[in-house]
Amino acid sequence: MNDLIKKLVEAYGPSGFEDHMRDLIRPEVEPYVDEMSVDALGNLITLKKGDGSGLKVMIAAHMDEIGVMVTHITKEGFLRFTNIGGVRPHGLWGSRVQFANGVIGMIGSDRIDDRSKIHPLSKHYIDVGATSAEDCPVGVGDAAGFVQPFFTNGKLLTSKTMDDRIGCVVAIEALKRLETTPHDVYFVFSVQEEVGTRGAEAAANGIDPDVGIALDVTITGDVPECPPMSVSLGKGAAIKVKDSGMIAHAGLVRLMRQRAEAANIAHQMEVLDGGSTDARSIQIANGGAAAGCISIPCRYVHSQSETVHADDVQACIDLLVEILSKPIEL
Amino acid sequence: MKTFKLLQTLSETAGPSGLEHEIADVVADVWQPYVDTITRDRVGNLIAIKYGEGPEPRPRILLAAHMDEIALMVKQILSHQGNGFLRVTNVGGVDVRHLYGQTVVVHGKRALPGVLGSLPPHMLPPDRQDRPFGYEELVVDVGLSLAEVETAVSVGDFISFRQPLRKLQGKQVTGKALDNRASLTAVTLCLEYLQKRAHTWDVIAVATCQEETRLLGAYASAHSQRPDTAVAIDVTFGKGPGANGENVFDLGDGPVLDIGPNVHPGMFNALKDAAKALEMKVHVGTHNRASGTDAFGLQIARDGIPTGLVSIPLRYMHTMVEVVDLTDLERSGRLLGEFIARLDDKFLQTLSDGMMEKGDSKR
Amino acid sequence: MNELLKNLTEVDGVSGDEKEVRLLIRDLIADHVDEWHVDSLGNLLATKKGTGATNMCVLVDAHMDEVGLMVTEIGSDGMLKFAPVGGFNPLALLGKVVQIGAKKITGVIGAKPIHLLSGSERDRVVQTDAMRIDIGAKSKEAAASKVTIGDRAAFITEYEELGKTALGKAFDNRAGCAALIELLRAKPFSFDLCAAFTVQEEVGLRGAQVAAYAVKPDAALVLESTPAYDLPNEEDASSNVALGKGPSIYVMDRGTIQDPRLVAHITRTAAARGIPYQLRQPGGGGTNTASIQRVLGGIPAATIAVPGRYAHTPTMMINLDDYANVVRLAEATLRDLTPELVNRKW
Repeated sequence: MNDLIKKLVEAYGPSGFEDHMRDLIRPEVEPYVDEMSVDALGNLITLKKGDGSGLKVMIAAHMDEIGVMVTHITKEGFLRFTNIGGVRPHGLWGSRVQFANGVIGMIGSDRIDDRSKIHPLSKHYIDVGATSAEDCPVGVGDAAGFVQPFFTNGKLLTSKTMDDRIGCVVAIEALKRLETTPHDVYFVFSVQEEVGTRGAEAAANGIDPDVGIALDVTITGDVPECPPMSVSLGKGAAIKVKDSGMIAHAGLVRLMRQRAEAANIAHQMEVLDGGSTDARSIQIANGGAAAGCISIPCRYVHSQSETVHADDVQACIDLLVEILSKPIEL
Repeated sequence: MKTFKLLQTLSETAGPSGLEHEIADVVADVWQPYVDTITRDRVGNLIAIKYGEGPEPRPRILLAAHMDEIALMVKQILSHQGNGFLRVTNVGGVDVRHLYGQTVVVHGKRALPGVLGSLPPHMLPPDRQDRPFGYEELVVDVGLSLAEVETAVSVGDFISFRQPLRKLQGKQVTGKALDNRASLTAVTLCLEYLQKRAHTWDVIAVATCQEETRLLGAYASAHSQRPDTAVAIDVTFGKGPGANGENVFDLGDGPVLDIGPNVHPGMFNALKDAAKALEMKVHVGTHNRASGTDAFGLQIARDGIPTGLVSIPLRYMHTMVEVVDLTDLERSGRLLGEFIARLDDKFLQTLSDGMMEKGDSKR
Repeated sequence: MNELLKNLTEVDGVSGDEKEVRLLIRDLIADHVDEWHVDSLGNLLATKKGTGATNMCVLVDAHMDEVGLMVTEIGSDGMLKFAPVGGFNPLALLGKVVQIGAKKITGVIGAKPIHLLSGSERDRVVQTDAMRIDIGAKSKEAAASKVTIGDRAAFITEYEELGKTALGKAFDNRAGCAALIELLRAKPFSFDLCAAFTVQEEVGLRGAQVAAYAVKPDAALVLESTPAYDLPNEEDASSNVALGKGPSIYVMDRGTIQDPRLVAHITRTAAARGIPYQLRQPGGGGTNTASIQRVLGGIPAATIAVPGRYAHTPTMMINLDDYANVVRLAEATLRDLTPELVNRKW
């Protein structure tokens, strides 16, 4: 599984520019699904058919990642940029980004006079080695993702973009293991989550599911001086009750918990004060869906060293298979 | 007296946003005698339909009053000297300054009464003494040991406020969750009014879920029910300490009809006409952007729904001592009932005529 | 004198009360479309049937509404309290003339004379809730006989032209409406063109959402006016679109990442026809594209805009060549649009 993780987390795919990700994921899922399509926004929508006795279930894991977009090229060939999704200025200095055409740039910042303050994004720039606007290999409107290789440290897995390629891995592995299901399960590899869960909204509007489950990362409360949060790395799949964008369907939460308990899958309950997932869009699309989320606990979310625990990833896969292989009564 | 009892039943039932099954059961019992069908949808709305007397297919009006209330949720279980305490977070727009000293019910494996406590101010670090307690300082104390708490309570459990409905002077009453059980009471009185007053349209009464968090029930029910028109019923600001000026209304002086981008002008006019027919005093409220009510969600379901808004003035919104005047609830119920009884087969045409001078179109 | 722009900018249509604009546009397009109707929010939806060569429906959106004010209370002194409808810098309101309601009652937003200001008052921004509209009424009753709570107030600005520059109010987005009207007057396209003159853009992109749901288009093009920031300023990163440099094309804003295939199609089309264009600096702002893009199963959508200075003030400025080029570019983009461009392949 680590090979698949490495392949997905290191790949390029800022929000809105997920074509490459789609090409990577498609062959992984093709043998296991009955139907496959791509919608107008670029969501990869796959269907594994049920036996007709179940519900219409949408599983969403987003392919996109946070990144940057060029807004201006200076006379000297440096690129000013804006954020795609939740890119914070902390720790940008010295990091590397890669554009769709393979060009890699380094991020620098304007002179710092007061070291107790952090420059805003607008005082950072990308250096791609150009000397003028004319010889610059990228243009205004071009998007880049961060560059950072995957590595393992015992059971800890670290890379950029665990958010949410690890969710894609959970979906793919669950799909491989799911032999039969009563439900029509739409595994959606969604786009534009980081800019406001937009892809899942369009997909859910098109699919109109009864039940929606997002697979995404959540922050943990097990590192020094962090905000209060009951989720810890290595303690199992996190079953989301609430985040700042939605309250999960109470019946679905109960069902997830019962299935985890019955099958002895390590799990923990999640209440998240900041952030949300594709589930919020699925919940409100059309006539609404019973929505919930299985979260993969992750440290340092939206940094270039997002870290998850191999046992948690496995627990999330186990829990998803457990839910999908049996009837869902809410 | 009857209105008090009705509001009491609704107000004292727990229904945090996202955990509405208990209040939904109560509303279903209350509405049962007045309607033809009652169902629940997949997000948690309670949907009741009272058929009209017109020939099929009948036009349909949807009334939306949310049943959920602001609440708290368990975020962490803390251990201190063998006892278990709960750190909590808000569900909906809770004013944290009001929490110290309130009593609550923790909806764990069993319902546990609890108190919102904190260290006394003089024992807090100096930099925290002069500001209100935040969620970092407050705990819910259920008076049990850590082991007992861990058996009965889990992270993610809902916590509702505990406050009986009480009578104040005149027809004013105080309690929790009058936002929006006051409006559910008005809808109930409307359904009762329609037992004696003939109406041709079908009435879809929806007790909506998760309004306080994201207007979820309104979006979902308007989409699935496809009504021809809709009215949201909610509370608005009553005149009181710190609440004066425009868009603030006297309690006991009648319902408020809103005008603004979320409201179809024709619906506003028709509600006003119904009030006139009843010789009922109404006030006009305005919103310049979002009305902050279910009307915002109803209006843009599918290809758009002509939507109106009726509001009941309420003091101390989103606290545990909300105050309303029962006569406003009764008048709102009568107004809705009369408005519905007056709907005829030309009403939809009247609405679209109002959007143009001659109301024509080229098809 | 561009009569279309003059007529469109001299009517009032504050968000939620767009009837006057709707009636005018209906008269301007009725002879050029095959059908039109108004929906429950007030969107004017018109269809211009295609030649039948292409089995496709394309939505072209331009919002009719403009920012303005709403009367919220009539004071005992006859002064009107108001709330802004849409986004305002309060400085844009101070000392301006407005007209209120269907009766077009004239009012001014006055303020304390400079002579009476204390030192610190001169440096403070007067907030809108401290301002009043003065219609010259001496009492609450006198004011209430002319104005009703809920009435909208719009700026009064006459359209003027100074060489290539046009001055007026509400180019955001009557410039887009004018361009869409010109498209409806052009010869038929190969596909059905559904024109949506939408309401309530300035208060949350609400009209376009239901319009897109009703029309169910295969693709959408949004015609807008985008703020130009081309005043004397720091050279470096602050440049945005400028007047006179051509239509402005969106790549990313706060609400959307525009469909990359359509953006590429638009820039290719401009280059091929020799139409100047400028990429709008990615970042803030938002258009109806955001709400159209996500309805149904998702709709490919892009935006072309007329650069305009001083949006959300009584007097905007646009360049008439930019406007003409937006019409040319929008038409060329649509003429060259094929189902292959719209349908996503692997």
